[in-house]
Amino acid sequence: MSATYNETDISRRDFLYITTGVVGATGTALALWPFVDQMNPDASVLALASTEFDLAPLAEGQGVTIKWRGKPVFIRRRTKEEIEGAKKVPMSELKDPLARNANLPADAKATDENRLKDANGKFNEQYLVQIGICTHLGCVPLGEQGEYHGWFCPCHGSVYDTAGRIRKGPAPRNLDIPPFKYVSDTRIVIG
Amino acid sequence: MSGHSTYDFKNPVVRWFDERLPLVSMVRGQLVDFPTPRNLNYWWTFGGILATMLAIQLLTGIVLVMHYTPHAALAFDSVQQIMRDVNWGWLLRWMHANGAAFFFLAVYIHMFRGLYYGSYKAPREVLWMIGVLIFLVMMATAFMGYVLPWGQMSFWAAVVITNLFSAFPVIGEPLVQWLWGGFAVDNPTLQRFFSLHYLLPFVLVGLVILHIWALHVTGNNNPDGIEVKSEQDTLPFHPYYTMKDLFAIVVFLMVYLAFVFYSPWYMGHSINFVPGNPLVTPEHIVPEWYFLPFYAMLRAIPDKLGGVLVMFGSIVVLFFLPWLDRAKVKSLRYRPIARVFFWIFVLVGLTLGVAGSQPPEGAWLLVSRIATAWYFIHFLVILPLLGVIEKPKNVPGSITEAVLARGGH
Repeated sequence: MSATYNETDISRRDFLYITTGVVGATGTALALWPFVDQMNPDASVLALASTEFDLAPLAEGQGVTIKWRGKPVFIRRRTKEEIEGAKKVPMSELKDPLARNANLPADAKATDENRLKDANGKFNEQYLVQIGICTHLGCVPLGEQGEYHGWFCPCHGSVYDTAGRIRKGPAPRNLDIPPFKYVSDTRIVIG
Repeated sequence: MSGHSTYDFKNPVVRWFDERLPLVSMVRGQLVDFPTPRNLNYWWTFGGILATMLAIQLLTGIVLVMHYTPHAALAFDSVQQIMRDVNWGWLLRWMHANGAAFFFLAVYIHMFRGLYYGSYKAPREVLWMIGVLIFLVMMATAFMGYVLPWGQMSFWAAVVITNLFSAFPVIGEPLVQWLWGGFAVDNPTLQRFFSLHYLLPFVLVGLVILHIWALHVTGNNNPDGIEVKSEQDTLPFHPYYTMKDLFAIVVFLMVYLAFVFYSPWYMGHSINFVPGNPLVTPEHIVPEWYFLPFYAMLRAIPDKLGGVLVMFGSIVVLFFLPWLDRAKVKSLRYRPIARVFFWIFVLVGLTLGVAGSQPPEGAWLLVSRIATAWYFIHFLVILPLLGVIEKPKNVPGSITEAVLARGGH
């Protein structure tokens, strides 16, 4: 090192090194972002907005699976027994006490009614609309099966009741209710 | 890998080239004259077998890509076309699919060899850790390759495995959507898996080079776990171990090809002949056999995040193995108690494999819970404890001494 170095020179150098380093690191991070973000859902995927469904042809005790945003959605016209079964469950017995209904506030309780409501709070206790994806690892549960005669996931044994609420097994949450609304008494729009 | 040549080549062209790029010296130093312990047994041939399997996977994979179409609407049909129309397509695809299974068979034997003979201990910790990293990349590669035929089992494997990442609080949901490129497993997911499935084998090649580099810095461990002390303890790699490895490779390939030719779908699942359908989950989802022990651990824990953490933890713990095992003696030949626990551990691993293939209920669930607990107890309690309480047998002074004591030569 040269003898002409003094204290101010060194701190001046340090400052230049550090600022150059910070600018370089920030620039690299910013340049990396497009390579990371390109993996997120693209515009065409995001554009798949809504699906309309006519409830009228459904017979009591019949369920169908339709596709919305690439996901299966269960629409079921429940029987009297199923409705009664879901209603009489005390809240304290539920593994997940929250409604998980996209149309309600996040802290809404998982009552049978709250599992049915649309974006305007309207509901028909016969019609249950839910995303047919097990909240454990994403399998599609089987209908009218399991201990509560609701849904049963064959992958890892999660059991849902007739309101789609998790009762047994590894799944952490009730089946999700998608955003939807009744456009008439027998027609809904999902999404 | 090596510095300037210490060889004096007679051929003037070779000498001219080697003085400018010592490639010939390196090959001679590392693959021909490399001093290798004289007592290596057949368990040491699996490194060579693994290199062979990697080469087979690369070669078959590269040519399969010439016929495969990575698109959700076309992938399934293009694989069927490979099977029926492409010249030798059936052979290439069965070699590739069964090759993955035999690659894992070899890697498991290779890892258990390392566990038995203490090959992860000082000074080979980095060698071992690169090995664990290779195992992780292998698992990612195999999983993404399994998704590409886009049958029912392929599709739902992708769904279940990507959903593992949704277990993490807060970041889980956006992370999974980022992995999918959508709101469910779909065409964007297939295309990125294809890209990565093509990339990762080359990452593996790079890691394997580091693995061999680290091996050639410390030299091989050996069945007696005694470091090489003199030239008397070693043999040149060629012809002694090239021939031994080659013989083992041929035997291994015979078993592998017996499956390829006579029972190519023995390890497969017939439901994968049904095109992937996002609306219907198959009755009984199971991964390929080589993932079953980890699958059993995932399902043994009645909590989603807990299951995921335990499963990943079972690999992470391997990175720390060189420091968890406190014993100075390497080979279990001289550790009578540790040897018993090793075989219990092997049994636990196999049990987890069987449990992973069964539905997660009743007795099998209990069995997988006990086995999962034991897996971690083995690494976190038994190995550290044995290092303190076990009294090893007398270790011979050198490899030569050990060999001669057994009446060898």
